[in-house]
Amino acid sequence: MVSAKVKGKPVALDGDRAVAEAMRQVNPDVVAAYPITPQTEIVMRFSEFVANGEVVTEFIPVESEHAAMSATIGASAAGGRAQTATAGAGLAFMWEVLWVASGMRLPIVMHLVNRSLSAPLNIHCDHSDSMGARDAGWIQLYDETVQEAYDNAIQALRIAEHPDIMLPTLHALDGFILGHGLERLELLPDDAVKAFIGTYTPAHPLLDVDHPVTYGPMDLADYFFEHKRQQAAAMEKALEVIPRIGEEFGRLTGRYYGLVEGYRLEDADFATVALGSTAGTAKTVVDELRDLGIKAGLLKLRCFRPFPASAVAEALGNKKAVAVLDRSLSFGAQGNPLFLEVVTALYTHGFSPKVVNYAYGLGGRDTVPALIHQVYKDLVEIDRSGLTGPPLRFLGVRE
Amino acid sequence: MTLKTWRDIPIGGLITDAGNTQDYETGSWRSHRPVIDMDRCSHCMICWVYCPDSAIMVKDGKLGGIDYTHCKGCGICAHECPRKAITMVEEASAKEGAR
Repeated sequence: MVSAKVKGKPVALDGDRAVAEAMRQVNPDVVAAYPITPQTEIVMRFSEFVANGEVVTEFIPVESEHAAMSATIGASAAGGRAQTATAGAGLAFMWEVLWVASGMRLPIVMHLVNRSLSAPLNIHCDHSDSMGARDAGWIQLYDETVQEAYDNAIQALRIAEHPDIMLPTLHALDGFILGHGLERLELLPDDAVKAFIGTYTPAHPLLDVDHPVTYGPMDLADYFFEHKRQQAAAMEKALEVIPRIGEEFGRLTGRYYGLVEGYRLEDADFATVALGSTAGTAKTVVDELRDLGIKAGLLKLRCFRPFPASAVAEALGNKKAVAVLDRSLSFGAQGNPLFLEVVTALYTHGFSPKVVNYAYGLGGRDTVPALIHQVYKDLVEIDRSGLTGPPLRFLGVRE
Repeated sequence: MTLKTWRDIPIGGLITDAGNTQDYETGSWRSHRPVIDMDRCSHCMICWVYCPDSAIMVKDGKLGGIDYTHCKGCGICAHECPRKAITMVEEASAKEGAR
């Protein structure tokens, strides 16, 4: 257990390079990846580390994302620390094997640089890719800043490998906005990362020929459900473990992490809920509104899977009006993924503030402060008039 | 057999006791069973080599019969036998002598 705070090294990096730095420091046994915009720089930079001998990682330049995830699964089952990175269509192509990774309880770490899904073809950010994989049994963390991308890249491994969890974990950084956006951040010394992640002793490595095991056997109606129940229990347990690891990381770095982060939220009347980099934009808007005397606040979710329902309900239950911002569309649904979770959390905890849903930022549509201002303006009007109006709205689209 | 709860089984569908397929009686899948004519058998053991389920039993280096608890009735042994000493017999019409 590391407890003394260490001094970080301030650098300017884009999100992809920050993630690659974290991967270099973690020094996984195996990385299998296929380059795809806007994740390419992670793979490019990491393969340089491999070529330069700066990591001992076996790097597998696979022929597809399906192969990337499959090779990562094999390496993890063999007993190694295995990682991959992808974006958008790459994640979609991993679809089938995402379930294999979680079903086999393999502590794989994936760095996901959010990108929209075709068609029409688009390389820019939205959360369609990760939201599409929300039921795949992976823990999902979202990064607001490049610093968080680096920090979550490291913590993801500790979460995944926790003996009570053993679930694959992905952290998502907004494509281009964070992936290619240059920010100041602090890197930990290599030995501090090494000490924080410790060594991984797999319980049942395939390569242990003295204790042979079978991964992925046929599992029919008599036991399949029990294995799925175990996965649900591990997700539930992760709600306790993720903040504990975030606390330990905080003692090391001074940067503490929980499941959610409230920003000027406690006494707020009007709240937005967001994932990823948009939380940063919303914080600016909250500050501006507070200067005008409007009690605005923000709830940022760091963790989407498992969904921190109690924390969300507690944070939002007493608000006058709440707007949930979704960077994805669930076509034909009653709301987009984050909205459905938030409303369910509120209802099941006995709260019923007025709640509306905004789809925004699809295909990299810039979400500027003026748009977030519009959301708060709507919330104020909902409270004034007492009328919620249409629950599903679009922010920043030409009508 | 009492089925266990989710708390009492290894995670991930992992099988930790190697060789437990012996406990799975795949013989129940069989529609046709191989029957050996021991008068024709030369104990070349080609059937033993080919059997995918290790259902050809060996005794003192010679063919000792068929493990009908695990034989799925695929018929590979009958197909490969160079002396045509193995016949596939429909289960419904098979006589006693095999389980």
